[in-house]
Amino acid sequence: MTRKTPPPVVSVHHLSVLFADGGASSPEEGFHALGPVTFSVYPREFVCVLGPSGSGKSTLLRALAGLLSPTKGEISFAGGERPRIGFVFQQANLMPWRSVLANITLPLEIENVPAGAARLRALELVELVGLQGFENSLPRDLSGGMAQRVALARALAHDPEILLLDEPFGSLDALTRERMWSELSRIWQARQKTVIMVTHSISEALFLADRVLVLTARPGRVKLDLTVDLPRPREEEMRYTLHFGRLARRLKEAIE
Amino acid sequence: MNLNLVRHFEGIPNPKTTKLPFLLPLLLAALFVAGWELTVRLTDLPAFILPSPALVAARFLRALADGTLLYHAAVTFVQVVSGLFAGVLSALLLGYAIAKSRLFERLVSPFLVASQAIPIVAIAPLLVIWFGPGMFSKVLIGALIVFFPVLVNTVVGLRAVPRSLYELMRSLRASRWQILRLLEIPAAMPVFLGGLRIGATLSVIGSVVGELVGADRGLGFLINVGRGQYDTALVFVAVFTLIALALALYGVVLLLESRLLAWQRQ
Ligand SMILES: Nc1ncnc2c1ncn2[C@@H]1O[C@H](COP(=O)(O)OP(=O)(O)O)[C@@H](O)[C@H]1O
Ligand SMILES: [Mg+2]
Repeated sequence: MTRKTPPPVVSVHHLSVLFADGGASSPEEGFHALGPVTFSVYPREFVCVLGPSGSGKSTLLRALAGLLSPTKGEISFAGGERPRIGFVFQQANLMPWRSVLANITLPLEIENVPAGAARLRALELVELVGLQGFENSLPRDLSGGMAQRVALARALAHDPEILLLDEPFGSLDALTRERMWSELSRIWQARQKTVIMVTHSISEALFLADRVLVLTARPGRVKLDLTVDLPRPREEEMRYTLHFGRLARRLKEAIE
Repeated sequence: MNLNLVRHFEGIPNPKTTKLPFLLPLLLAALFVAGWELTVRLTDLPAFILPSPALVAARFLRALADGTLLYHAAVTFVQVVSGLFAGVLSALLLGYAIAKSRLFERLVSPFLVASQAIPIVAIAPLLVIWFGPGMFSKVLIGALIVFFPVLVNTVVGLRAVPRSLYELMRSLRASRWQILRLLEIPAAMPVFLGGLRIGATLSVIGSVVGELVGADRGLGFLINVGRGQYDTALVFVAVFTLIALALALYGVVLLLESRLLAWQRQ
C-alpha cells in the first residue's frame, strides 16, 4: 500500500454489504454482495477498482456515495462528514428535458447557487469537456461520448472533493473511450480531485490510476492493491513498454 | 384518426395535432353546416325539431345581445374551471401519496376502483339534493369526474421516473422538495398532461350534467329552458357554446403541452 503523509480522504473499514432477499429475516442472513473490504484513499489519488462482474464494485461506490448504508463495518471521511461527491454512472443519466447547460447546473441549483454564477461555472465546464457549441442541445441530440462528457462536467460542477465513476466509459466505442481517458486524466490533473473509478478494463486502469484495487469474485474483497508507478502524462506508446506489460500481467493474474 | 384517438386516451401527446393546420377541420365544419341546411330545406321539419343554421345564428346573436348567453356561459365556465382545478389538485395530492407509498395504495385503491363503477350521472341528483342547486354541487360533480383519469396519469407518471435519476439526486444530497421540483414534476409532466387533457374535456361534462339535473343558471340550465319553451334554437346555441368551451379548454392544455414538452418534439 502506498504510504503518504496526509490523512486519507476516505477510509473503508471492514465494510460489508448484504442485501435482504426473499427468505432472509435480517440483513445478516441476506445476499452477501460485498466485503469485508478495508482500504484508504488519499488526497488527489486516482484509484481504480477492478473485479469480476458481480463482485460488488457498484455496491462499493454506492456505499461510498451514501446511496446505501453498510451492513457491517464503516466508511469514514476526512472531515467526519461525507464531503461533496460527484457521481458518474455507467449510463450518462442526464435529464432529457434539460439542455446540456442546464444538466450541468443541476448540482449548483441543488446547492442554491445563484443562477448567474451557476451559468458561468457551467460554461467553464462545457469548455473543459470540449462541448462548446452544444450548450443548448438536448441530451437526445448527443452521441454517447458527448453525453458522458456532460455527465462528467455535471459531476464536477459543485466542486466535489471526491469523484466516483462507475464504468463511465463502458458503453463507448474504443476510440471515443481512449479520447475520454486523456480528457479525464487532464481534468483530474487540472482539478486535483480524489477519484475512485470502477472499470473492467486493465488498460483503462493502467492509463489512469495511481493505484488499482482488484476485488475477488462475489462477495468482493481486496485481492490486490497495486501501485501504478508509470510516469505521467501517460501516452499511447506506454502500452508497449515492459513495465506496462508487467503491471498488466499482475492485474490479469489477480482478476482470474 | 384512429391512432389519434388511441393517443388521446392514452394521454400520448401527438406532435402533429398541436400544429395541425386549421383548414381541414374548418372545411369539415362548413360541410356539416351545409348538410344541416340542406336537411332542413329538404325535410321541411318544424323549427322546434330542427332549426336551420340561420335561425340558430340569429338566436345566438339575440342571446348575445341581451346578455343571457354570456351570463350563463360565464357561470358554467367558472364551474368548469373550479371543478377542473379541484379535481386536478386532489388527484395530484392523492396520486403523489399513492405513488410514494405501496401501503397507502393498497389501502385506497380498492375504493378508488370501486368508485369508478358508479356512473356519475346516477349520483348527480343526489349531490344536487345534498349540496343544493347552486354552483357548489356542479363544481363537486366536475371534480369527481376529472379526478380519476388525472389521478391514474399522475401515479403512472411518477412511477415511471427512472430510479437512476433518483440516485443522481440523492448523490447530490437533494432535499425531498428539490427531488419533487427538479426531478419528479418535470419527469412526470408528459403523462400528467395526457391526463389533464382528458380531464379538461370531462370537466365540462361534469358541470353540464349537474346543471341539467338541477340549476338556476348555466348553459345546462339554458338547455333546459330552451327545451321547456320549445326554443330549440336556444338549445343549439347552448350546445355549441359548450363545445366551444370544451375546445378552448382542450386548446389551453395543448398550449401547455407545446410549451412544457418542447423537449420531446422531434
Ligand atoms: N439492490 C440490490 N438488491 C439485491 N441485490 C443486489 C442489489 N444491487 C446489487 N445486487 C447484487 O449484488 C452483487 C454485486 O452487484 P454489483 O455491485 O452491481 O456488482 P458489480 O458492479 O461488481 O458488477 C450482484 O450479484 C448483484 O446482483
Ligand atoms: Mg457494476
